[in-house]
Amino acid sequence: MPVSRRTLLAAGAATVAAPGLLRAQSTSAPIRIGEINSYTAIPAFTLPYRMGWQLAVEQVNAAGGVLGRKLEVISHDDAGKPQDAVRLAGALLDETKVDVLAGGFLSNVGLAMSDVAKQRKRLFVASEPLTDALVWEQGHRYCYRLRPSTYMQVAMMVDDAVKLGAKRWVTVSPNYEYGQSLVKWFKLLMQQRQPGIEFVAEQWPALGRIDAGATVAALAQARPDAIFNGTFGPDLTNFVRQGNTRGLFEKRGVVSVLTGEPEYLEPLGDETPEGWIVTGWPVESVTDASNAGFIAAYRAKFGEMPKMGSVVGHATITAIAAGIAKSGSVDTEAMADGFKGAKFPTPFGEAYWRAQDNQGTLGTYVGRTAVKGGKGVMVDWRYADGASAMPTDEEVRKLRPV
Amino acid sequence: MDLIFLQLLTGLAGASTLFLVAAGLTVIFGVTRVVNFSHGSLYMLGAFIAWSLLSRLPREPDYFVLGVLGAAVATAVIGAVLEVVLLRRIYRAPELLQLLATFGVVLVVQDVALWVWGPVDLSLPRPRWLRGAVEIAGLRFPFYDLVLIVVGPAVLGGLLLLFHRTRWGLLVRAATQDRDMVAALGVDQRVLFTSVFALGAGLAGLGGALALPQGSANLNMDLSVIAEAFVVVVVGGMGSLGGAFLAALLIGVLQAFGIALVPKITLVLVFLVMAAVLVVRPHGLLGKPQAMARGEVEALAPIRPAGPALQVLGLVALLAAILAPFVAGPYLLSVLTEAAVAVLFAASLHVMMGPGGMASFGHAAWFGVGAYAAAFAAKGLGAGMAVGLLLAPFAAGALALLVGAFVVRMSGVYLAMLTLAFAQIAWAVAFQWVEVTGGDNGVLGVWPDGWAADKPTMYWLALLLCVGGALVLRRALFAPFGFALRATRDSALRAEAIGLDAHRLRLAAFVLAGAGAGLSGAVFAYAKGSVFPTYMAIPHSVDALVTVLLGGVQTMAGPVVGAVTFTVLQSWLLMGDFWRIKLGLLIIALVLAFPTGIAGAASAVWDRWRGRAA
Repeated sequence: MPVSRRTLLAAGAATVAAPGLLRAQSTSAPIRIGEINSYTAIPAFTLPYRMGWQLAVEQVNAAGGVLGRKLEVISHDDAGKPQDAVRLAGALLDETKVDVLAGGFLSNVGLAMSDVAKQRKRLFVASEPLTDALVWEQGHRYCYRLRPSTYMQVAMMVDDAVKLGAKRWVTVSPNYEYGQSLVKWFKLLMQQRQPGIEFVAEQWPALGRIDAGATVAALAQARPDAIFNGTFGPDLTNFVRQGNTRGLFEKRGVVSVLTGEPEYLEPLGDETPEGWIVTGWPVESVTDASNAGFIAAYRAKFGEMPKMGSVVGHATITAIAAGIAKSGSVDTEAMADGFKGAKFPTPFGEAYWRAQDNQGTLGTYVGRTAVKGGKGVMVDWRYADGASAMPTDEEVRKLRPV
Repeated sequence: MDLIFLQLLTGLAGASTLFLVAAGLTVIFGVTRVVNFSHGSLYMLGAFIAWSLLSRLPREPDYFVLGVLGAAVATAVIGAVLEVVLLRRIYRAPELLQLLATFGVVLVVQDVALWVWGPVDLSLPRPRWLRGAVEIAGLRFPFYDLVLIVVGPAVLGGLLLLFHRTRWGLLVRAATQDRDMVAALGVDQRVLFTSVFALGAGLAGLGGALALPQGSANLNMDLSVIAEAFVVVVVGGMGSLGGAFLAALLIGVLQAFGIALVPKITLVLVFLVMAAVLVVRPHGLLGKPQAMARGEVEALAPIRPAGPALQVLGLVALLAAILAPFVAGPYLLSVLTEAAVAVLFAASLHVMMGPGGMASFGHAAWFGVGAYAAAFAAKGLGAGMAVGLLLAPFAAGALALLVGAFVVRMSGVYLAMLTLAFAQIAWAVAFQWVEVTGGDNGVLGVWPDGWAADKPTMYWLALLLCVGGALVLRRALFAPFGFALRATRDSALRAEAIGLDAHRLRLAAFVLAGAGAGLSGAVFAYAKGSVFPTYMAIPHSVDALVTVLLGGVQTMAGPVVGAVTFTVLQSWLLMGDFWRIKLGLLIIALVLAFPTGIAGAASAVWDRWRGRAA
């Protein structure tokens, strides 16, 4: 029985109406999902993420669970260290006897867990890690990944970036794999689409330790027409404030990854620069049924607006539930095949697991930043489906050796 | 030319921010000798408190000043409480134990800040005057940066006046030179130390509060600032305010120009500067050789080999460890494997720290080099596990020889900080040399050979290599080499006089420690199946220090007890919620209960009991 959005919503309503009736169902042992994430190291993203999956578990179970069994999530904190994640993954597989591993925020933690899954031949569903390596270079049969990768995030914005018609570009991105990969793809895709484009300077601030004044001055010195930004979180706030005061963004196009996500947009407040092309989630202006239903349920449960992390947490559970339902069992080999092509509901609408590289087609929103009522918001947005932001199957085969 | 001038101003603003954080640290160290690891936490608290105050106050400049000063005072009060409740009790404890206590404070503050202020970054809406810019040579320069450029030297001036023109300052300077003499002259040291600590904490809070308008108060501020603050203090010369100011200028300005020329240098620039300065000037720019506080010069009693009772206990523990796979589940086994690795890692650091008298803040470097050597053997050469395990100690030892040549000439905190600098450089190489090391994505698939693939075999192998390695190190310390090494620690001059080559002995200990850590890193790599730059990052070096101090520096069993306790505690607490506050409080409790470490306390109890029995 595939779990559709409608069953979820109906079940949500049903729980409110008749909680006693549902408790009687599914007497067999629950399906266990072992979840590991950087709860203490990256709380701004992972705490909303946890609330997201808690909501999803509640909803799926209220709808009767999966294969007639309830879902149970056993969650641990990896403290941001891959070695701890590896040990905890072992604990979840051996002691807790979980059926599926899930989670991860940092790319290296995700890759470490994926390697355990490969070695132990157990299923791992990576929720947040964005590195392309997870499904391409280091990809394997037992690893699935939900969120749009660095390649996809960039590919979704390239159309708008080309329309800027800018010749001289500069880039600023955090100095680790995520940031390097963003810049690499952006340069490559832009050069294919817009011959004659020039990249005249680049800045690589250390993550969490940006020297914003010097970075902004160095970028301004290159006299660019447009800027590509990969910084986020505290670094982004510092960068934007220095850039605003020094006038770096005036009369320049800016393409900025993740900046539209509520967790990163909120701290910018009334200093949110206008007109940046960003990926994110316009949580205050989406009105379609699935978004609205999710936001309403989330607010009812937690009394606050969801963040991007909440969406990822929620979709992780529904994507696993749908995969198991399609596989018809929690046997790892059955799931490794069965997840392929499984369709699942997400707050952004329906998505599925791609058969060719185990990548989820959950997309993200692309739009422009604006300030309304002293807050940063996304306007002129559209939903960019993950399925349409991928290289051709031919190229994927080359990138994915398995 | 204008651009250069503007970049120079930007560098000066950065330097001011750096100086404000470092000033407090250097003041505290100068007087109390406490290496205050929680200084970053105080900085973070300053920013959060400033946010709480300023977001409730009107937006005018005078209220801004009021709010910032309020945050600084509040942080100073927190610092005073910290000193009275915690640090005052352990000034007489072995050197660096305070570091362990303040590490506990860092963990506690992280959870408390998350609980009080929540996970979202908190930014202060900037009023117009904070946003403004002034036109300099046709380019815009933030007005607030100009304010910072003035605040730095103003604070320096104020502090210098305080130290040189007041009676309190006179006493503080006297205590910096000879605290026992000051005490003998009837000055209440406790009041002096508390006030100095409060001043230092207040400066940290001021730094955090002043950083708020440039960005946000967030939960990563503590660790992002602490390493750089230490660098500034050490480059300037520990305890020297003028030195810290010079160092901040040097680093701030180099940073501003450095990233314009070599953008990818951001990860290591400050550590490169520190390494260069320390190699040329071992006590920093304006530092003087550390004046020995009275009471520290007395030679420590030599460590005795374990008595029969302890030996029996050790054998029983070893036997239990060997038999563990027959009763322990797979998870407990992987924790025990990590504990075995931690034993060798800690024992190797102990060789340097205990008998060698050389504390290292960068011991994880050798662990990481060993792990990468194993990864290289497995992936680059396609060789079996034996090759990797053999290659690792030699690779780490060879590199330790190279680095040690610079390091062992120094002593105390300067030596520790130089090891930190080299460790950070090694980390940056692993991080940025993506083609070879895989960058922060690491090297995957470093799994053991087929015969050792199952958990119990891997565990026994780890036990054999790590406990065996630790026993070899122990043997070396009870050999003439070990006694000679101790002699150079207790009195380098006398050791030289009887014909010992102190430099070579210390270097040998350094290489031995590096090789031991390298082997532990290789075992770890095979046990985990992957290698990442985090293996040689600062937190891992701190883990090593914590383990040794927790167990007790001046006992042979200390590192073993510490390694097992810390590994088991951490992996157990990590399974539950709020593990940081629990671990932090536990560490603080252990420090207060056992200032000589767990093994040190145990041996004292044993001696007393035996004394009474005899």
